[in-house]
Amino acid sequence: MNLFNIIDEIQKVDPEINDRFNPRRAAIKNITSFGSKVAVAALPFALGTMFKKAYGAATTPVVDVLNFALTLEHLEAGFYNKGLSIGGFVPAGGIDAKFVSQIAADENKHVAFLKTVITQLGGTPVAPPTVDYTGGNNKGNGPFKDVFTNYTTFLTVGAAFEDTGVRAYKGQAPNLLGNQVVLTAALGIHAVEGRHASALRYLINSHKVGTTATPAIKPYIVSSASKGNDTGAGAADGNYAGEENTTQGGVNLSSLASIGVVTASFDEPLSKDEVLKLLVGSFIVTP
Amino acid sequence: METNINPTTGGANMARRSFLRYAGAGAAAVAVFGAASCGKDYIKNPDGTYIDIGAGDVGILNYAYALEQLEAAFYLQVVATPYSGISIAETAYLTDIKDHEVLHRDFFKTALGSAAIPALEVDFSSINFSDRTAVLAAAKTFEDTGVKAYDGAGYLIQSADYLTIAGKIVSVEARHAALIANLISPGSFANPDQVDENGINRSATIAEVLAAVNPLLKKKVYAANFNYPIA
Repeated sequence: MNLFNIIDEIQKVDPEINDRFNPRRAAIKNITSFGSKVAVAALPFALGTMFKKAYGAATTPVVDVLNFALTLEHLEAGFYNKGLSIGGFVPAGGIDAKFVSQIAADENKHVAFLKTVITQLGGTPVAPPTVDYTGGNNKGNGPFKDVFTNYTTFLTVGAAFEDTGVRAYKGQAPNLLGNQVVLTAALGIHAVEGRHASALRYLINSHKVGTTATPAIKPYIVSSASKGNDTGAGAADGNYAGEENTTQGGVNLSSLASIGVVTASFDEPLSKDEVLKLLVGSFIVTP
Repeated sequence: METNINPTTGGANMARRSFLRYAGAGAAAVAVFGAASCGKDYIKNPDGTYIDIGAGDVGILNYAYALEQLEAAFYLQVVATPYSGISIAETAYLTDIKDHEVLHRDFFKTALGSAAIPALEVDFSSINFSDRTAVLAAAKTFEDTGVKAYDGAGYLIQSADYLTIAGKIVSVEARHAALIANLISPGSFANPDQVDENGINRSATIAEVLAAVNPLLKKKVYAANFNYPIA
């Protein structure tokens, strides 16, 4: 969720940011020059350079924004890291350890990615936030209170994280319209969220019915006409609300295929406010 | 002159943009003369030996339509002639993916209307559809290429609505890509061949993608306005 939150939050804390840039032709030229030639891997440094050119030196609002994005990445990374740290919780024998470890590794890379940007600015990356992965707002008694004792709950919450992450990135993409470097990187993280969602659903299914029988849950969100959520976890219904949409680009597709196919073929966006009101927001106690 | 074509809108409304979008407009300004020749429809060449996707958003949508046509044709063949030893789960998954890709294809055809490129004729003679390894390897290539193609062309889209629609599709392609990877080798859903060292999916240019898929097409697809001129 990092890049989109950065952009949203910067506009909130500094609505005049365009004005800061406009007179600075040198900064603009500098930004242009990395458009197509610099690899995406260099993005943290490029971002850091942009902020420095805009503000002269790192300022509290910008670091705060980046740290907010980092908070969300910590939330995701911490979830998988904690699951993996509990001896015997993630089964070692089958495919589980490999799947969860890969996802944890990717989330940890996203954390590192943001830390690099913040450090480049001379800021101090925040420590992981206080979290309540039961979704209980620090009461430890939310709808997922057995999240670290019941492995099935753990996978369900993980899938909800990833499916929601896909929706969150998608909802912010138009804010990056036309920006080759940042939009491309953001779409790339968005796609990795999609890969994770697919993998966790595959893993959940492997526990339900195995990997060769008729799948009980699919790697894509197969909604009914009235309900987006196909995970069976009612507490996560809000995270999937709207996935039952059957109209794309003004074209109602329900005459072309079944509801399940129409809904599974398109993932739907969520706004940032919607995301924070949902499951993800309820996990953060003190950002 | 053709090397920097980037038909992104220019900087006339910079004040209203977020600064990061503003940064992107710089790249567009470099190539704004390249966008001046924006047509609407695909290019109908006189002797019909090739297809060019055209320019602007219609060009990008036709690009997506071409890829979805190819994917749909592939999975229709996979489902029609299942490989030996196919499991119940694999039949279900490949049928689902076929249904999704056919719907993506039909959606673009409907949305593009008269601006749509014609139906493509495929040549899958290089794929052994009776062999599981060959079919899944081809499927992985199709899905990974699809994700990289959408991600790589996203910044060229000028309409927020179209960008959102492309986003709605690319994450489903990513779900497919991870699924196929897991069918080939469980746990390979985000391997370094597709995801870089920052945990970011790799992307590809239109020229790279079309050059890769043209061997599978009887009538080749080009993108003169996006750095892939008629050979």
